[in-house]
Amino acid sequence: MTTENIATEQSDHDSHDEHHDHKMTGVKRWLYTTNHKDIGTLYLWFSFIMLLTGGALAMVIRAELFQPGLQIVEPDFFNQLTTVHGLIMVFGAIMPAFTGFANWMLPMMIGAPDMALPRMNNWSFWILPFAFGILLSSFFMESGAPNFGWTFYAPLSTTFSNGSTAFFVFAVHIMGISSIMGAINIVVTIMNLRAPGMTYMKMPLFVWTFFITAYLLIAVMPVLAGVVTMVLTDTYFGTSFFDAAGGGDPVMFQHIFWFFGHPEVYIMILPAFGIVSTIIPAFSRKKLFGYASMVYATSSIALLSFIVWAHHMFTTGMPLFGELFFMYCTMLIAVPTGVKVFNWVATMWRGSLTFETPMLFSIAFVILFTIGGFSGLMLAMTPVDFQYHDTYFVVAHFHYVLVTGSLFSIYAGAYYWLPKWTGHMYSDALSKWHFWCSLISVNLLFFPMHFLGLAGMPRRIPDYALQFADFNKWVSIGGFAFGLSQLIFLVVVIKCIRGGEKAAAKPWDGAEGLEWEVASPAPYHTFSTPPKID
Amino acid sequence: MATKEYENYYVPAQSHWPIVGAVALFLIAIGAANFVSNMNNEESGVGGYLVIAGIGLVVYMLYGWFSNVINESMSGKYSHQMDNSFRQGMSWFIFSEVMFFAAFFGALFYARTLSVPWLGGAGNNEMTGAVLWPEFKAVWPLITTPGGTETTQMGWYGLPLINTVLLLTSSITAHFAHSALAKDNREGIKLWLGLTIVLGVVFLFFQVQEYAHGYSEEMQLYLTSGIYGSTFYLLTGFHGMHVTLGTIMLIVVFIRVWKGHFSSTNAFAFEAASWYWHFVDVVWVILFVFVYVI
Repeated sequence: MTTENIATEQSDHDSHDEHHDHKMTGVKRWLYTTNHKDIGTLYLWFSFIMLLTGGALAMVIRAELFQPGLQIVEPDFFNQLTTVHGLIMVFGAIMPAFTGFANWMLPMMIGAPDMALPRMNNWSFWILPFAFGILLSSFFMESGAPNFGWTFYAPLSTTFSNGSTAFFVFAVHIMGISSIMGAINIVVTIMNLRAPGMTYMKMPLFVWTFFITAYLLIAVMPVLAGVVTMVLTDTYFGTSFFDAAGGGDPVMFQHIFWFFGHPEVYIMILPAFGIVSTIIPAFSRKKLFGYASMVYATSSIALLSFIVWAHHMFTTGMPLFGELFFMYCTMLIAVPTGVKVFNWVATMWRGSLTFETPMLFSIAFVILFTIGGFSGLMLAMTPVDFQYHDTYFVVAHFHYVLVTGSLFSIYAGAYYWLPKWTGHMYSDALSKWHFWCSLISVNLLFFPMHFLGLAGMPRRIPDYALQFADFNKWVSIGGFAFGLSQLIFLVVVIKCIRGGEKAAAKPWDGAEGLEWEVASPAPYHTFSTPPKID
Repeated sequence: MATKEYENYYVPAQSHWPIVGAVALFLIAIGAANFVSNMNNEESGVGGYLVIAGIGLVVYMLYGWFSNVINESMSGKYSHQMDNSFRQGMSWFIFSEVMFFAAFFGALFYARTLSVPWLGGAGNNEMTGAVLWPEFKAVWPLITTPGGTETTQMGWYGLPLINTVLLLTSSITAHFAHSALAKDNREGIKLWLGLTIVLGVVFLFFQVQEYAHGYSEEMQLYLTSGIYGSTFYLLTGFHGMHVTLGTIMLIVVFIRVWKGHFSSTNAFAFEAASWYWHFVDVVWVILFVFVYVI
């Protein structure tokens, strides 16, 4: 085929697509879409709605815990709140937000025309609202929502569960199907649709982290499906997987669950590493320090994540050998994580730094995520974990890595790419308000939880001993402030979509990557012809 | 050459099939949840009908969606690169299935090597054995549970052995069908593929026979017969569901072969179905060894 032919065919193809772009309007555009940017937008909005929903549940939890005694909710309803809050934040807010980033950015970053399997992409999004519809609807059922914690330990979720367990199980099944399809799409897109010349080691680190995350998802989401299925059959069909009287073992539940659950926490943090590794070099005006070591560190974290699961179970009476094995493997993860933190700091070292909002969130990420990492290291030590286990120290730890870690990176990424998505600059003043209010309130919210936990306050209780009252008051005030601060973000985004200063194709002078070579807002179809990579 | 491939990457226009599929999954999920909840309370409800409606909708969706894909493929819209996307997608889907079975095999191994011996007092669990169930004997298969439920062991000879031979043979016939395709020997494809389907159906028939035997008064091997019954029925049951799915795939491929689809260079669906078939075969071999024989 001659060059001329290719060119004509290409323009035919473009006009063909053009035709489809304008055919669908209104709600059908979003229901039927196969466009990675539309689907990315859907994922991002869905995750933000879920963040506010899960946040509202957390507000009720903090209101109840504002002072000792039972004031607002019944203990059983309190358990439902903590359970659904956890499920929504993990599966509804953080994971779909990252999938949204993947959909929007991956094809543009690797010079692909779209995701590899666009129709399946639509399917993996649209089953999610249904899954969360089922989960949330259980609040209105006679038995109430699931009340056994997001980790649904047997026998709480089997022998002692309420009537909505089946709805919970099937909702989780659908979430799992969605994640697996989304992950397959990401893997195939990256393996198969990179522009010619973009070798694996030339991919942006963002792409690498999503690549590895997608592998983790394909490997562990089916295990989650397996374990909820066993919960279903134990509850409704009389099997004995988690029943000692039948030869099973409730601890076996924890093993299978955490075999999924531990890689899951890396599923929620590796993409954050990718986002931060994109933003810090851009505002330091330097290349990312140690790109190759970042790739290897990410891979080793992912591999290690498969052999550390039982560090969630030190107090279950495991054999001593098991406790030691899982303790040492867990501490080993600090090494590649340390490499990453070192590289981010080294990237900023002697850079010409500016502090736009994405950079502020990224720097806060590096510092606060490291706090969460260190408390994780403390929890990894078997003997001391016997004191910390199931206390507010654990709650403080995973909220530092998930809120100031994952969520902050999502905000960083959202501010960084909003100009590309909407074609407008966001309001700088408002975004700084969002950052500073969030930063102060989130530390007021989570930092005192460390002290509460060390002093012995257990997690998942609606009432507590009097000596914890002062700290809990401050934590609740921090919680309400943090919750309200997120509404600023909503305002920023809506204002940015509706108008504002026009964004240049590359609004950040230090930014690198193919996504900045297309116009802002990014055209509906980008890279129908692959770009040339040197 | 490399550039050309990218230019032809086919990005489909809007499609209504995914949202149909989403509604279908929703119906199946709430229907099944409603059904099992009612089953436990011994109430009747609409759950069963919702599941049937959902499955009907899934079939309709798959038919429509695959028709679109097949038409696009037959009209030459797909490139070599698109073919790669499908192949890699299918491989990772099979990998996810492997991990699903891994969860259940994990439960089996955990019960056999850890939880059952511990209940009998192994390791540092002497007091568990002595205090909770002093009469309990830790043996595998667990014929008498600590709670006192009794059952019998399903032997490996007879139906399971026949089924193993059937499934192994079907993997070989599937491979012959594949070789025939590579040589564009249409009659050979039909023969070997047809034989594979027949073997799959016979396997499923025997599986049902085996379950009927298990649930008979004589054997009393139920889902509720403790961890042995649980692992036995969930592993063989999910395997059986996958054989059913694989057989349906092969039947669809068989119909397409009769319609003259597939060539030695364009046969993704054929190969995907045959990979899937080999996968259920491998799972069966592992299952046969660890569930029946050892």
